[in-house]
Amino acid sequence: MVTNEKRTARLWSLILLILSLAWVYPIVMIFLNSLKEEQAITTSAAFDLPPADTFNGLANYIRAIEAQGFLKSFGYSLFITVSSVALILLCCSMCAWFITRAKGPFSRIIYLLCVFSMVVPFQMVMFTLSQTADVLGLNTPWNICIIYLGFGAGLAVFMFAGFVKSIPLEIEEAAMIDGCNPIQTFFRIVVPILKPTLISVGILETMWIWNDYLLPYLVLDIKKYMTIPVLIQYFRGSYGKVEMGAMMASIMLTVLPIIIVYLVCQKYIIKGVIAGAVKG
Amino acid sequence: MGKTIKKYWPIFVLPTLVAFIIGFLVPFAEGIYLSFCRFTTVKDAAFTGFGNYIRIFADASFLRSFGFTAVFTVVTTILINVLAFCVALLLTRGLRGTNYFRSVFFMPNLIGGIVLGYIWQILLNALLMMMEKPLLSLDATYGFWGLVVLMCWQQIGYMMIIYIAGLQNVPGELLEAAKIDGAGAWSTLWKVKIPMVMPSITICTFLTITNSFKLFDQNLSLTGGEPAHASEMLALNIYNTFYARAGAQWKGLGQAKAMLFFLLVVAIALVQLKLTRSKEVES
Repeated sequence: MVTNEKRTARLWSLILLILSLAWVYPIVMIFLNSLKEEQAITTSAAFDLPPADTFNGLANYIRAIEAQGFLKSFGYSLFITVSSVALILLCCSMCAWFITRAKGPFSRIIYLLCVFSMVVPFQMVMFTLSQTADVLGLNTPWNICIIYLGFGAGLAVFMFAGFVKSIPLEIEEAAMIDGCNPIQTFFRIVVPILKPTLISVGILETMWIWNDYLLPYLVLDIKKYMTIPVLIQYFRGSYGKVEMGAMMASIMLTVLPIIIVYLVCQKYIIKGVIAGAVKG
Repeated sequence: MGKTIKKYWPIFVLPTLVAFIIGFLVPFAEGIYLSFCRFTTVKDAAFTGFGNYIRIFADASFLRSFGFTAVFTVVTTILINVLAFCVALLLTRGLRGTNYFRSVFFMPNLIGGIVLGYIWQILLNALLMMMEKPLLSLDATYGFWGLVVLMCWQQIGYMMIIYIAGLQNVPGELLEAAKIDGAGAWSTLWKVKIPMVMPSITICTFLTITNSFKLFDQNLSLTGGEPAHASEMLALNIYNTFYARAGAQWKGLGQAKAMLFFLLVVAIALVQLKLTRSKEVES
């Protein structure tokens, strides 16, 4: 009986192992192809290992960085993501704390609007949003974070409000009686308690903004500012000859930092996903 | 306490509120209005009543992409949830390498839809060529299944994480009691585990349905709607109505389609939540 159980366990491990290889393989394949010379990258030879005579080393990577402006796009993506996430965390946690603590019709309406905005698909507002952003001049990487705050507020306020409800009121009341004004109470008392939620929301918003394609594509002037997803789409979607080598190198350069960040912060990322799901 | 805080509303609420008005409320309200107009920019809108909505149903491409999206949503929702649940069951049995498997299966979620689409386009086209079948951009059936494979690859890990959390919350005493009562592995699964993880099932089906129904990035990069818009899903159809053709008649039509799309998403969300919530049990 025991050996039987052990045998099934081993069998399942083996099946999962094979399955996990299927999960890793697509990325390995792109990596291998990114080392080939341009003319050796063909659909029929995509599964072959890079042969010695057409081995290209890191030339495709250098080409992607030098000629295709990869680093610039990386910088824009990084700046937009960091500024937007920081702004969302600060403003939405404050807003959520206010609307849960200062009850009233005003707070109620804001909360309901936030919940409502979560189900609205982006296509509904894409045209009008990009026009509004143009009119207000919010169409550069330096201030697009305001658009992200507006469109991403729903989920963030909803998640923060759900967590603030579970914080006992007494701690904050004690702080107020001791002479803290609401701003001090919020930053000294509430923010430290909110820290795990801040991390969870931060991770969910980062995953969204870093990978977002349509919003930056429509809002930003893409002749001047291309984020990474826009750059990759531009590579491939533009007419004429596609430089496959440089494109695959760009894909690898996009995927690698993500994998590194994932390996380092895995625990928080998975916790963030679970927290997001419970609130959803 | 509420009263003191209320005086501080310009600091706490105003920034978010202003951004929310700019980034959501105004575009949303304008969007509703423009769906009844003929326009090329927000300023030159001319009211035309329900004209745009009537034209949607004369547009064969919208109905076709609606059918494609509906079938795609059903297929991916079932596949992703069943597979993710099975993997979650295996990974809560204390097998060797559980942490490694969990990490690997989750990883694709962090990669954006555009990049994923191109990775799989290269891989699937190579595979199809080896099997001497038409490439993704030439046959909508392969495009459909390509998208299904891509979505499964991306989403199984995410849903698996949620199911694992749900399964780990099933109280041990309950499983023990079932064992003492003589329940086998199969009836424990159906009579104890599945009812207990019903909240996770609600969330995961909700997420997979809305993700599939609203899919855009992966569709754009993997098939681009080829051949001849046959693998075009609703979101991409709306996008193409807006931006692929010039002329005043198209933008209004696109906005009306977007409005209908929005109403469909709300309807699906409400029906789905009602259906699965009713099956949840108190733990």
